[in-house]
Amino acid sequence: MIEIRGLTRRYGDTLAVDDLSFDVPPGQVTGFLGPNGAGKSTTMRVIVGLDRPTHGHVRVNGHRYRDDRAPLTEVGSLLEAKAVHPGRSAYNHLLFLARSNGISRRRVGEVLGLVGLEAVAGKRAGGFSLGMGQRLGIAAALLGDPATMIFDEPVNGLDPEGIIWVRTLLKSFAAQGRAVLVSSHLMAEMALTADRLVVVGRGKLIADTSVADFIHRASSGQILVRSADQPRLRTALIAAGATVTDEPDGSLLIEGLESPLVGRVAADSQVILHELTPQRASLEQAFMELTADSLDYQGQPQNQSQPQPAQPQPEPASAGTGH
Amino acid sequence: MSTTNITQPDPSTQPDPSTQPDPSTRPDPAGRPSPGPQPGLTTQLARNLEAEWIKLRSVRSTMISLLATAAVCIGFADLLAFGVVNRWDRMGAQGQANFEPATFAVSGVLFGQLVIGALGALAMSAEYSTGTIRATLSATPQRLVMYLSKIAVFTVTALAVAVVTTTVAFVTSQPILAGKHIGTSFSAAGVPRVIIGAGLFLVAVALLGLGLAALLRHTAAAISTLFGLMLVMPLILNFLPNDWQDRVSRWAPLNAGSAVMQVHPESNMLAPWTGLAVLFGYAVIALVLGAAVLLRRDA
Repeated sequence: MIEIRGLTRRYGDTLAVDDLSFDVPPGQVTGFLGPNGAGKSTTMRVIVGLDRPTHGHVRVNGHRYRDDRAPLTEVGSLLEAKAVHPGRSAYNHLLFLARSNGISRRRVGEVLGLVGLEAVAGKRAGGFSLGMGQRLGIAAALLGDPATMIFDEPVNGLDPEGIIWVRTLLKSFAAQGRAVLVSSHLMAEMALTADRLVVVGRGKLIADTSVADFIHRASSGQILVRSADQPRLRTALIAAGATVTDEPDGSLLIEGLESPLVGRVAADSQVILHELTPQRASLEQAFMELTADSLDYQGQPQNQSQPQPAQPQPEPASAGTGH
Repeated sequence: MSTTNITQPDPSTQPDPSTQPDPSTRPDPAGRPSPGPQPGLTTQLARNLEAEWIKLRSVRSTMISLLATAAVCIGFADLLAFGVVNRWDRMGAQGQANFEPATFAVSGVLFGQLVIGALGALAMSAEYSTGTIRATLSATPQRLVMYLSKIAVFTVTALAVAVVTTTVAFVTSQPILAGKHIGTSFSAAGVPRVIIGAGLFLVAVALLGLGLAALLRHTAAAISTLFGLMLVMPLILNFLPNDWQDRVSRWAPLNAGSAVMQVHPESNMLAPWTGLAVLFGYAVIALVLGAAVLLRRDA
């Protein structure tokens, strides 16, 4: 369980995280979504005490991470792939982490097995691929068998098999009752993995919701219809109060009626329907729509650098501190 | 743009909290106990000493640097001893009178300090250059516990290697010098101090390197600063006016630390143990400044 309250982190003039509050509850995968530079990595670094918050606080299992003398048994984190001495073996990297928290050597062997690195345990980590580095990072997060887990972009650099492996792993952690926070800028990956979404842009909370609601919110409410007799259906729908637009391919785009009503209108006017599709936004579309204002680096000249404090409607400060 | 909270999911679609496993009683597939009470500071220190020892011994650069330190110190002592034996008859009365076999036997320390100093810097700076510091501090958020453990493990390791090295340098060079009957022995006045002092000199320089690396967080910056302090500073002080030079030069790290390696201290130097203490003082200043940076700055 992680509680983030009013978290603000400023680097010089840059506001990386701006009054962010959310929870990471047990038993769920919480997807932490946002464009690059939105403050995801900074937030995660603050959670594990690597960076100090400027304001606000973070509680992990009810206390500050910095007060924990064996934190690996409570929180496992993967913040960066290959944050490993290239000359040190995977086994020794895990061993020093384990021993600093009083975790047994036997457990080091176990987690190496869990992530499939036994065969290269004695090899220097400098020769590892990005995917192997991710597996080593995940092994480190598993060492203390913690109830709370934090992963920053865990599928980066993984092949499709590895991506499915991580996805399954994260879901199984949540199913075991652990609190799992996983960041990504890959919306499709979050749709498959996360139970709920915390969406940030420019350090601010944009949404804290379920995946389904997030998509629903961005959906237009339009319905696409094809039928055997488009003119007759159009007339009937307009009579029922809908706004109808003709699409170039001959289909009708309907606004102002729910799908069941559209079906009923078609049945009443005895028109055979070929297709009736509510126009749901994809997670990507929903994401783009909601974060459009907060994208840091768009293909336009940067027009504003810092907000003037006196301006009545200040834009959030640019937050370009991604890692 | 204002923060927008989207409507929370319908409570009916939420998993019933009562059916969710409580993390504290979470069934553990591997049968490991759930986290027990917090360990005490002593336990944590002991664990971190072990962790830092694993770190130090598990990278090749440690063994290579320590062997190189020993090889340089011992090799120089023996090579120079052969040279002196060869030149002895042509050295003249003044040169022969100034020859001090114990000091001579540890003169390789002048070069060995650079190797072990670089190792001291690497022991800390590699944490930053490789990103290991983030794993380290995630496991031990009590940064001072980690830092003190690292210093302790490194000091003991460096001390063992350094004292063995200077002893071996002495023991192997004396038989060579004995060819001209110009050797000395452990029992001679001042000799044990020179040998032990030279070993401690190496430890002090290594700790200075570690402290500078904690302060600067960069391998090259730490090593070049260390070399600057140890080697360049005495050269620069040579350009001071003579009366200034006498007062200031003795306090330079190299000159202060070298005093302990003189059997007969020269008048322009600090007393042997005082000089060594001054060198350790520089190391402690660097370590304390490094601690401040470690505690205050983001990792």
